[in-house]
Amino acid sequence: MMLEWLHKLGLPPVASVHGVAVDVAQAGVHWLMLVLFVGWMGYFIFVLFRFRRSRNPQANYQGVKSHFSTYVEVAVVVAEAVLLLGFSIPMWRQRVEAFPSASQATVIRIVAEQFAWNIHYPGPDGIFGRTDPKLIDLTSNPLGLDRNDPNAMDDITNVNQLHLPVNKPVIIHLSSKDVIHSFGIPQMRIKQDAIPGMSVPIWFTPSVTSEEMKKKTNDDKFQYQIACAQLCGLGHYRMAGYVTIESQEAFDTWLDEQGAKAQTSGDDAFWL
Amino acid sequence: MSSGHHEHSEQQEHHAEPGFWQKYVFSTDHKVIGLQYGFTALCFLFFGFLLMLLMRWQLAFPGQALPVIGKFFSDSSMPGGIMLPEFYNSLGAMHGTIMVFLGVVPLAVGAFGNYVMPLQIGAVDMAFPKINMASYWAFFVGGVVMLVSFFVPGGAANSGWTSYPPLAELATTGQTLWLLGMVFLITSSLLGSVNFIVTIIQLRVKGLSFMRLPFFVWAQFVTAFLLLLAFPPLEAAGVLQLMDRLAGSSFFLPSGLVVSGQLMHNSGGGTPILWQHLFWFLAHPEVYVLILPALGIVAEIIANNTRKPLWGYKSMVYSLIFLGFMSFIVWAHHMFMTGMGTVINAFFQTTTMIISVPSVIVLSCLFLSLWGGSIRFNTPMLFALAFLPMFGIGGLTGLPLGLTTTDLHLHDTYYVIGHFHYVVAPGTIFALFAGIYYWFPKATGRKMNEVLGKLHFIGSFIFINGVFMPMFIQGLAGVSRRLFDGGASYYHAGPVLKLNVMMSVSAWCLALAQLPFIINFFYSMFAGEKVTSDNPWQSTTLEWATPTPPPHGNFTFTPEVVRGPYEYSVPGESSDFLPQYQPVKG
Ligand code: HEM
Ligand SMILES: [Cu+2]
Ligand SMILES: [Cu+2]
Repeated sequence: MMLEWLHKLGLPPVASVHGVAVDVAQAGVHWLMLVLFVGWMGYFIFVLFRFRRSRNPQANYQGVKSHFSTYVEVAVVVAEAVLLLGFSIPMWRQRVEAFPSASQATVIRIVAEQFAWNIHYPGPDGIFGRTDPKLIDLTSNPLGLDRNDPNAMDDITNVNQLHLPVNKPVIIHLSSKDVIHSFGIPQMRIKQDAIPGMSVPIWFTPSVTSEEMKKKTNDDKFQYQIACAQLCGLGHYRMAGYVTIESQEAFDTWLDEQGAKAQTSGDDAFWL
Repeated sequence: MSSGHHEHSEQQEHHAEPGFWQKYVFSTDHKVIGLQYGFTALCFLFFGFLLMLLMRWQLAFPGQALPVIGKFFSDSSMPGGIMLPEFYNSLGAMHGTIMVFLGVVPLAVGAFGNYVMPLQIGAVDMAFPKINMASYWAFFVGGVVMLVSFFVPGGAANSGWTSYPPLAELATTGQTLWLLGMVFLITSSLLGSVNFIVTIIQLRVKGLSFMRLPFFVWAQFVTAFLLLLAFPPLEAAGVLQLMDRLAGSSFFLPSGLVVSGQLMHNSGGGTPILWQHLFWFLAHPEVYVLILPALGIVAEIIANNTRKPLWGYKSMVYSLIFLGFMSFIVWAHHMFMTGMGTVINAFFQTTTMIISVPSVIVLSCLFLSLWGGSIRFNTPMLFALAFLPMFGIGGLTGLPLGLTTTDLHLHDTYYVIGHFHYVVAPGTIFALFAGIYYWFPKATGRKMNEVLGKLHFIGSFIFINGVFMPMFIQGLAGVSRRLFDGGASYYHAGPVLKLNVMMSVSAWCLALAQLPFIINFFYSMFAGEKVTSDNPWQSTTLEWATPTPPPHGNFTFTPEVVRGPYEYSVPGESSDFLPQYQPVKG
């Protein structure tokens, strides 16, 4: 029920496997908050009315004698402990330790820059080609991919267009070229800062395709987006990436097309 | 000043009448310094608020020219009245910086702490009056540097009040001034904190044991320790960032940075995360610096206006001390999304949940103190009462941010902005207003007008919720903070975008709601109703034992404390309050 309320308020529909558990925790915490707040408010309003000067001209030196508040505090501690030990810590462990094996996942690199998301698929060989900051060219080679490296031959790079197959875990190695950005997809309940000098892996499993989501939300314009969550400069507000979740077949077709384009055009600027 | 003459005269009972400059400008009297702090801080608060009103135009109507006022801005900030993103970012960073470091801290600590605390402990002045003066002037210089930074090429700092590198290190000159300004502000706080600690330990009047201290003094005491221990790392970090910017070092810059397609030739080898650790090691305790004095003010006013002792004074004091300790080991909860392993993450989540417990205890005690009271609803009390649920909302909404599972979705969204503003705006700012209305008669000898006060309260209460409540909704929808267009670039922000207009209108109405206060403040200062007693609220604490306003040296007698701070409505007594300094009968 709480989840329904949160959705009504604005929480976007969930579209990843672990996201369901995130929402359960979200609802749990908000229950705790609501109960405490309503309880306190009920008490507060009653007290302000009951103990106003005109009704209670003589204050009582002792005040409250019951131990009710102690019980409330103990209950709060217990509830927090349950949320912490039951949900939050295990969930985090799952996020950062229980990575799927690379062979069963879509593995990609994403390198953020002011103000775009460079997306790097390793291609059929499954190995990312060598990159070198010295090779970076803003228009023709934003990732600094070394096309002479055999592993780089079949690599596919792209700006701001992230395609992923549905129901298959995805592992993203995230970093940044310049300043700190933050990679988030609200419907996936996922977020991670992209930090220059570090490559941080994250994983999740998208569970609803873009088409399904259009039907679900009754909106043809529905669009998954990468939202930058960390102030990264004057273009922070428009640092959106576009995410398409599709069937494995559609994804494979798309990837093939991208690969073919890269081969024929002879440089990396195929998206231009 | 000729120091020989001064030292000589210091021994005498009455000081030679100082000239204008010494009396009002370069004063060493804690009350004058307190008022200087208060006046300056109120101006900065107002200025920081104006910056936000400007930003709220852009958020409500992105890309539209600001009518009338827009014309007064230069082409590098608002060409044709349309705000540039750089300028928006400057306003955001400076709003945060000014509100925190030039508004709330100087008002809560510099003004209230300086003015009230020595009076409440029966002291003649602070332990080190000249250091006290130095502290104010360091603050003043820091403020001027921050203001000047608006006028350098590229404008003021624009990398958020957090100034994360590498962004901050790539930023324009304004960032250098920001860092210099911070060095002054931090120095000021350090000088002040040492002074507060020594004063509270050394200058308490006879009989005033620690467990008889008014809660406000306790709050200032713990706050001073937080300032003393938390600020030095930021001072160091600020100097390191300054070196990175000016001297080519790379404390916070990794190797191989590529900015706008150009490889940067910095020495490299640093890490941006180091800055975050140093910054938040300060800034988390800092948020308690923003809230503890507020709790202290509210506690004083609630005890006074319920006419009964605070409920659970001792547990409040112990919770406060525990809170102070804990605030040093939660800092990385601001960094949950930087890539943490399970163990570190579990540690900071757990400490964050633990720190919520003493906060809940203090708040519960204040709520429970109302039970059995004989509640007077005057203006200070209204603000103090409203503080409780508002701070409650701020605290409760911290829970989903403190648990990493739920923070995965909420981190760096408007939910965060809503959360901490409930703590600092309808929370702390309300408490500060309460304090102004409450101690105004002591400082001026006149009461503030009740009708205007209540008008101020009602307007503020309604509109401040209108500004901040919708932020939780936007945050749940996943709208990131610090967005120049308020989220218009994003699909998921669509359904909650219209709230921006409502929030902005509320913010502008909130500004109008401050008019009664401003009028009241100046009117009452010169023409308000004169108080007929030195203790108009019939309070128990020592500040009311002084003449009104207190003269240099404060007390006309040497008070001795014989009881706890809140002996209201003691059974069997004829009066409903027994001042701490009133001798025991018989
Ligand atoms: C009561 C009037 C206030 C209003 C209407 C207001 C509004 C806002 C808004 C809308 C933002 C978010 C801007 C963005 O994300 O682009 C913001 C940021 C902030 N505010 Fe306030 N605020 C107020 C008072 C305060 C006070 C009293 C404090 C501190 C004591 C404060 C501290 C901050 C800080 C630290 C930030 C973050 C700045 C940053 O992103 O670097 N604000 N405020
Ligand atoms: Cu970004
Ligand atoms: Cu960004």
